[in-house]
Amino acid sequence: MKKFLSGNEAFAEGIRLARPEVISAYPITPQTIVVERLSEMVEDGSLTAEYVHVESEHSALSCAIGASAAGARAFTATSSQGLLYMAECLYYAAGGRFPIVMMNADRSTALPWNIYGDQRDSLSQLDSGWIQAYAENAQEALDLALMSYRIAEDKRVSTPFMANLDGFVLTHTYETVDIPTREQADSFLPPYETENRIDFENPRNMAFSAGPDTNYIFKFREHEGVLAAREVITETETAFAETFGRQYTGLTENYLTDDADYIIVTLGSIAGLCRETADKLRGQGIKAGVVRIRYMRPFPNEEIAAVLKNAKAYAVLEKDISFGNEGTVFTNVNSALKKAGVGVKGCNYIGGLGGRNISAADIEKIYTDIAHGTDAVNFIGIGGEDNGK
Amino acid sequence: MIEILWLGRGGQGAFTAAKLLGAAYTSDSDGKYALAFPSFGPERRGAPVRAFTKLDTKPVADRSQTERADFIVILDDTLYSPSLRGLLKENGQIIVNSKTAIDGALTFDAEGIAAEHRLPTVNTVMLGLLVGLSGVVTAENAQQAIKGYMPAKIQERNISALLKAAEEAV
Repeated sequence: MKKFLSGNEAFAEGIRLARPEVISAYPITPQTIVVERLSEMVEDGSLTAEYVHVESEHSALSCAIGASAAGARAFTATSSQGLLYMAECLYYAAGGRFPIVMMNADRSTALPWNIYGDQRDSLSQLDSGWIQAYAENAQEALDLALMSYRIAEDKRVSTPFMANLDGFVLTHTYETVDIPTREQADSFLPPYETENRIDFENPRNMAFSAGPDTNYIFKFREHEGVLAAREVITETETAFAETFGRQYTGLTENYLTDDADYIIVTLGSIAGLCRETADKLRGQGIKAGVVRIRYMRPFPNEEIAAVLKNAKAYAVLEKDISFGNEGTVFTNVNSALKKAGVGVKGCNYIGGLGGRNISAADIEKIYTDIAHGTDAVNFIGIGGEDNGK
Repeated sequence: MIEILWLGRGGQGAFTAAKLLGAAYTSDSDGKYALAFPSFGPERRGAPVRAFTKLDTKPVADRSQTERADFIVILDDTLYSPSLRGLLKENGQIIVNSKTAIDGALTFDAEGIAAEHRLPTVNTVMLGLLVGLSGVVTAENAQQAIKGYMPAKIQERNISALLKAAEEAV
């Protein structure tokens, strides 16, 4: 059934179809709508779940961990300072191998206080052990909600999954979304079954401590779990296409990259404007292309190296900065190229912090700048005519 | 791509109108795509609000705010300014809810039609005027959108106000 929905509403529809048994919720702009819609679904009976109002984000994730440890499929959602407040629990969820799904509405971090979209919140938590996906539009958001549990709960993976939606630009923008039927969803996603749960018949040690001799082995296995998501994502997307007819492209999505001289690597909703700009430049004879990173963890090392190796130059466009260094996505992309022995010249473009608009003209300038050579790290809108005003 | 910029004040339903138009445009065809979004931020009653609808026959990838609109629809004439013409495409039009004529804009007494239908806001009336003037969607599609996305008890009044406005605009 087709409906005109916002990103938040589409994600809530996907979660309804995934049948979580426990939902713990604490509202925060711009995530609020997703937990509001889910509470309405539980109230009207279209979703059977235990809906727990908690007093903080730290409790929201703690509750989801408890539910997962009891063998339940668990969901929560957050944004910005809320994600940072639950940071301690992120590591517990990942280390305990609890395949919780969480939606994060990507939003700036304080101070100065700001509710608008950038990606500093989730990118600051890349090392927490969670799978991290970034959606571009509302349909992909809904589809990720459905696929996320199948990926996270796979025995090879057993890792929590963070689905990121750009605050406002995606969470609050309405577009046409195809909502699968309950029967389709149930045939794609079986109920959650696990041995990693509290069970009086088969007692096991859970959430234990491990000393210097064994701790490292658990951490290595945690790493292997996230790495295993690579192939599980591909398998899940193949099964998804068979059931729903929409095919996704794994850890990255390439646009006009086969013969591209100049490539922008980016993530999230800004990718659409990058593709339109690439189209325009192609019309002028400039071979422009776009790589959209769909998963930051596991990171697409091989995919990035393969697609950039024949380019003349690339730019990484991101709504993030690691103060005192550069954008974190840029650091990751450069590492992928270094490991593969690819020496293409790359630049970093940081923009959109605190929700500031990135225009088509800004993106066109990135392509022309990297064709002529520019600084390693550039800040969109700062240092030019308006100098950040 | 057809782009519509809506101007209203918090509580007047400008974003609801933007959303209804997108839903109407995409209601009966797979080959039609729309985006609708508000100017983002805290919602405050009475504060100026902008909303955007983008309509196209291919997926709308550009999610940025409209810089040049085909139509600017203004729900509250205190928000009209001659400088808005700078946000129009070459043959673009400005439609204003106003009891007095405004040079360079089409004005309608939308409040009159809203009052006849016991509606506290003019948003669906302005949508009807846009439908009648532009034909970007049919009145039938706009009616379907109201049925799909407005609470049941206010559907009927909004539909008849919309149809009246669409007729008046032609």
